Amino acid sequence: MTQLHLAVGLDGAGWHPAAWRSSTARPPELFTAAYWKSLVAEAQRGLLDFVTIDDTLTIQSADHFAADERTDQVRGRLDAGLIAARVAPASAYLGIVPTVTTTHTEPFHVATAIATLDYVSDGRAGVQIRTGGLGGEAAQFGRRNLPTLSWERLQEPEVQLAVAERFDEAAEFIEVLRRLWDSWDDDAEIRDAATGRFIDRDRLHHIDFVGREFSVRGPSITPRPPQGQPLVTALGHGTVPYRLAARQADVLFVTPADAAGARDILAEARSLAEEAGRAGELQVFADLVVFLDSHQDELDELAGTDSYTEARILAGPVEELADHIEELHQLGYAGVRLRPAVLPADLTAITDRLVPELQRRGLFRTGYDEPTLRGRLGLTRPAGRYAHLSNGSAR
Amino acid sequence: MTKPRKQIILGAYLGGVNHQTVWSDPAAGSQIEFASFRHAAQTAERGKFDFFFLAEGLALRERLGQVFDQDVIGRPNALTVLAALAEVTEHLGLIGTVNTTFNEPYELARQLATLDHLSGGRAGWNVVTSSDAFTGQNFRRGGFLAREDRYVRAEEFVAVARRLWDSWAADDIVADQESGQFVRRSDAGSFAFHGQQFDVSGRFTVPRSPQGHPVILQAGVSAEGREFATGGGPDAIFSPYHTLAEAQPFYRDIQERAARHGRPAGSVKVLPGGAFVLGDTEADAIERQREIARAQISGRGAQILLETVWNRDLSGYDPDGPLPEVDPDPDGPPVIQGRARIHQNPAATVAQWRAIADQHKYSLRELAVHVFGHVEFVGTPAQVADRLDAFVQNDGSDGFILGSHLTPTGLDEFVDKVVPLLQERGSLRAEYEGTTLSDILLLP
Repeated sequence: MTQLHLAVGLDGAGWHPAAWRSSTARPPELFTAAYWKSLVAEAQRGLLDFVTIDDTLTIQSADHFAADERTDQVRGRLDAGLIAARVAPASAYLGIVPTVTTTHTEPFHVATAIATLDYVSDGRAGVQIRTGGLGGEAAQFGRRNLPTLSWERLQEPEVQLAVAERFDEAAEFIEVLRRLWDSWDDDAEIRDAATGRFIDRDRLHHIDFVGREFSVRGPSITPRPPQGQPLVTALGHGTVPYRLAARQADVLFVTPADAAGARDILAEARSLAEEAGRAGELQVFADLVVFLDSHQDELDELAGTDSYTEARILAGPVEELADHIEELHQLGYAGVRLRPAVLPADLTAITDRLVPELQRRGLFRTGYDEPTLRGRLGLTRPAGRYAHLSNGSAR
Repeated sequence: MTKPRKQIILGAYLGGVNHQTVWSDPAAGSQIEFASFRHAAQTAERGKFDFFFLAEGLALRERLGQVFDQDVIGRPNALTVLAALAEVTEHLGLIGTVNTTFNEPYELARQLATLDHLSGGRAGWNVVTSSDAFTGQNFRRGGFLAREDRYVRAEEFVAVARRLWDSWAADDIVADQESGQFVRRSDAGSFAFHGQQFDVSGRFTVPRSPQGHPVILQAGVSAEGREFATGGGPDAIFSPYHTLAEAQPFYRDIQERAARHGRPAGSVKVLPGGAFVLGDTEADAIERQREIARAQISGRGAQILLETVWNRDLSGYDPDGPLPEVDPDPDGPPVIQGRARIHQNPAATVAQWRAIADQHKYSLRELAVHVFGHVEFVGTPAQVADRLDAFVQNDGSDGFILGSHLTPTGLDEFVDKVVPLLQERGSLRAEYEGTTLSDILLLP
């Protein structure tokens, strides 16, 4: 069997809406570098594959589609891409994967930012792609009119169309990222004093992308990043996002509710990848919200709800969680992304207790070896897609 | 009563993606690896500099439709590198150049406030504008902005950013675990701005950062640029002047405009860029500067630098021969793209250059070296320290943003040899005081 991969999803004080009230939480520190560095150090201590850093361009809300007026939950967040860059030089081996919204942002800026994250982390960068359009996001940018979403309107044709268009845009966005990362051949910089050339210009390429929402000429301003292509990931809860990932992502996060769901979703994702001509190229991770140290009942009571996530919640002893992960792995999942209910307590419990249990079972690594994120996931470093065009130029 | 001695503000600039950076020198390192940025920033901090400064790239320069290949090219995303540098420095301000034309205030204000949080209040933003359709080809909106609207958009952009930074009060985060109140008010982060360029509203996600507003720098010597500089309220402005005769009136003008806008004395710092070449003797330094200039400007490089003004293909002209006899062609299709136009009146510039070349019997390349290879501060460490200090004490500026021809170690000798002299005379701090960039710059 392939190696099991373990990722951790980081968001604010943890995934439970009352996480910040746990006695172990550190709510005043949520917006400090020290907090994020300590989380990343803990994940690295646990030999985890990578962390994701969640982000949205809207304020958090209990209502998925609009800002609310609550004052009893964490509100406010920092830009995930910059958190990732801030913690990168303070860590090693661990992959760092910030979330980026594709609906209002510039693919050119995102491409250079993630390429730069790859440089400052020596090849440990990835990105989690997320479509936007929720909760008044468009008004914050003031450039596009997008239909207002709500649970009631979600099935309306106009809204469905708008959602589908956001995913089409995300597909174009990823395409542009990938082309820009490849727009410099690896050996473009020649520093050839004899001919006075710093680069061989034949090894730089216009990407000439023309899409529905944007056109990007290229090349990138940033040379090809250390991994060639930083890891592209996406979270999906249905066929539309699965298809996006199947076509263009390296990793898909999914949220099966049970074993049967896990089987079905994996089968669907695989068949979509096959359809896209990418059989075997998409790694699927199951998302799990985990309570290992914190107490689910107490937090649910504080929050006044137990409904806050589409991911399966596991609150049993560590052996049960390990059983569950093992079962998913046997089904064919590349790994799991654990979302600690409370940070840092449930993350510390993952490294202190879950990881040793998985190691005991021979399922998980006992030391880091591969320095890059792609390497750890068994992905090769791809050749630049334009490199062949440079062949025959005066080298 | 004698005037109190001014503290010299020093910024360190790395990553010249232009002819000034010499890549053929055996000591020249990577312009993209993080180790280069770390070395330069840590050197600046060792020299008690105020801040580290990065320029921005939005499109690679092209000549006749082909990417420049004679100069260093390839740079990182500035804010990403600055966030990483916050880990390896402790006091140094971290200032990034970001364009207002190809960004949106909500996203950029969020990034700058984040950088301010993650650096403990050391973030700064150099506001620049552009409007060229060439650069626009890399962005959603293309070349959407009319040239005359650049400052309107920039001014509104800064106003929106400031409103976003003010949308959270310093005490809005309560985080009281006992009572269960996280934010003080239900509408923390609410904002609205209705202007000519931006019509935006919503909730900002980043709580108030240590500085409240990151430090803002701005360039621009045109009248509207200066108005923006003082009315829009930047904390520092670039100056293009390096002689006291030119610099002092500019300095006075900025101070007067700031006062007219009701800003306290010392609230707008004036900072020219500058390069330096040191030698054991003055003659050594001058000789070294000549060598560096010849390394910076090859024959081919000289043709291309002149093309920026002639706007003609000059590749057929012998670099060691006379200046091209043809006149510039300002209305022709652009030969060079992705580089700001530095000469507004090509015909006058060419006439001036011809006069210089005639007088000194300069070849094409020698003229290019004379014009583009100019270095402001050449001399022994003591001479350079004297000139820098005198320029500031005589109100030519409040300090300098210093760059070098060598990446990433060019600043080392300045820190080793000139900084101690400035410290000895009390013009540069011996230790950092305060924690934020605003503190370090002594902003009122």
